[in-house]
Amino acid sequence: MTANLLHSQDATMPETRRKQSLALRQLVSLFRELLGSPTSAFGLVVITILLLTALLAPVIAPYDPNIINLGNALQPPSAAHWFGTDELGRDILSRIVYGTRISLTIITIVSVIVGPIGLIVGTTAGYFGGWYDTFMMRITDIFLSFPSLILSLAFVAALGAGLENAIIAIGLTAWPPIARLARAETLTFRGADYISASRMQGASALRIIVKSIMPMCLPSVLVRVTLSMATVILTAAGLGFLGLGAQPPLPEWGAMIATGRRYMLDNWWLVAFPGGAILLVSLAFNLLGDGLRDALDPKQR
Amino acid sequence: MNAIEVRNLSIDLGFGAAKRRILGDVSFSVEAGESFGLVGESGSGKSTILRCIAQLLKAWEGDILIAGQSVRDMPFDEYCRMVQMVFQDPYGSLHPRQSIRTALQEPLRIHRMDRQVERMERALIDVGLNPDFLSRYPHELSGGQRQRVAIARALILEPRILLLDEPTSALDVSVQAEVLNLLADIRARRNLTYLFVSHDLAVIDHMCEQLAVMQHGRLVEIMSRDVLATGRASDPYARDLIQASLEYDQAV
Repeated sequence: MTANLLHSQDATMPETRRKQSLALRQLVSLFRELLGSPTSAFGLVVITILLLTALLAPVIAPYDPNIINLGNALQPPSAAHWFGTDELGRDILSRIVYGTRISLTIITIVSVIVGPIGLIVGTTAGYFGGWYDTFMMRITDIFLSFPSLILSLAFVAALGAGLENAIIAIGLTAWPPIARLARAETLTFRGADYISASRMQGASALRIIVKSIMPMCLPSVLVRVTLSMATVILTAAGLGFLGLGAQPPLPEWGAMIATGRRYMLDNWWLVAFPGGAILLVSLAFNLLGDGLRDALDPKQR
Repeated sequence: MNAIEVRNLSIDLGFGAAKRRILGDVSFSVEAGESFGLVGESGSGKSTILRCIAQLLKAWEGDILIAGQSVRDMPFDEYCRMVQMVFQDPYGSLHPRQSIRTALQEPLRIHRMDRQVERMERALIDVGLNPDFLSRYPHELSGGQRQRVAIARALILEPRILLLDEPTSALDVSVQAEVLNLLADIRARRNLTYLFVSHDLAVIDHMCEQLAVMQHGRLVEIMSRDVLATGRASDPYARDLIQASLEYDQAV
């Protein structure tokens, strides 16, 4: 058994190295393609800036986002406060900069939940078919029949307000489109000869799904997840705005708009800048998703 | 003992009034070490029979025996090491994102075979490919090379029976001859049993000792290769088919 194991490792060693270099080359050519078109290049650049901002927030932000200075409240944009200050005298630029961390956390966790769930539900439903397929697809239908914001609202209301619950609620509402997509892709592959061949070699259903079907579904799922990130940001901001997402001291963009709403008519900067940030980032994810689809989908070429 | 025995194999689709028989009471047997051909026009059910024997289709009635044992009772991994299949389309039968190494190693891993590297290299050499091909991907190979890899993959579990579903019809004529010679060569070396489906009588004539002619989901006649040369088939459809093939060859 041990000797057997060693042997198989021997065989896979150059394989993994080659796979890595191949993957690296593919990644480089993918980036080149994304930067080639102006729209996806814009998306990529904005998201890179977003990532760097979140990473370097303490360096970039000129002030502490939570320091209250009532003597300095509701200042319009100036050299000292580029985006002005809010009703408690907090610097809006600093709050937006720290807010990127919250947005990115939400996006990352939601994608990590949603991608695998959607992929597993979709590929198993597509591969097994029959009553299992019907059952799973009716469940996804039920999820899909609600507007995602309303459904997340219901979940958050049930689970209690807060950032973690908002993330769970968004995750629960964002997987059905991905499951649908993965199922549709699986249906086109499952009759393929290479699946039949691997079935004849004695591969179990699990092995076929994980090794043969999932790699084929991955590109389109990746595109779909990127596109849904825009919706995730909007839903998170919406929940924050309604007071059900991130709670007040946290510099979440939606919550910032919600508190700024009362002063909106005289102090436009309270809502304009966080609103602009939401717009920019969700637009960037949409454009990047579109670019990824063009780059990854061989059918479009 | 017969390597493959098919008794009263039939398939019905639909229910009630819409019920249609697409394969009716097919019976034949193939001796161990023999090469048996199935011919017929498109849609006559030849590939369907193959897929039933391959257990890719489950909804059939009748009996299929492999080496005297019913396929329904046979443990599946034992069956896999007994029977393998080569598919028609070399472009669809290899996973586009798996290297040749992965394609060949998967069956070895599933069946926990020893000396994997040696077996994989041996398998490629046996089908006339360089072991360097292991690290290539299907899109880097030609159609003929892909079909050789598919044959290597089918042989890597050392089966006794090979099901061949028009293995050369998607290939160029010159490559067809190479692959057919390779298949004939492998059979002679390993004493394999072939069940060969083709619509090309010339290919069957070259490859098989026995053949069965099919029409509309029925087996109309089983004959030996000698009958092809004389054209003295007893069934009128089989006679027409052989005659048409002969005339076509003369015209070409």
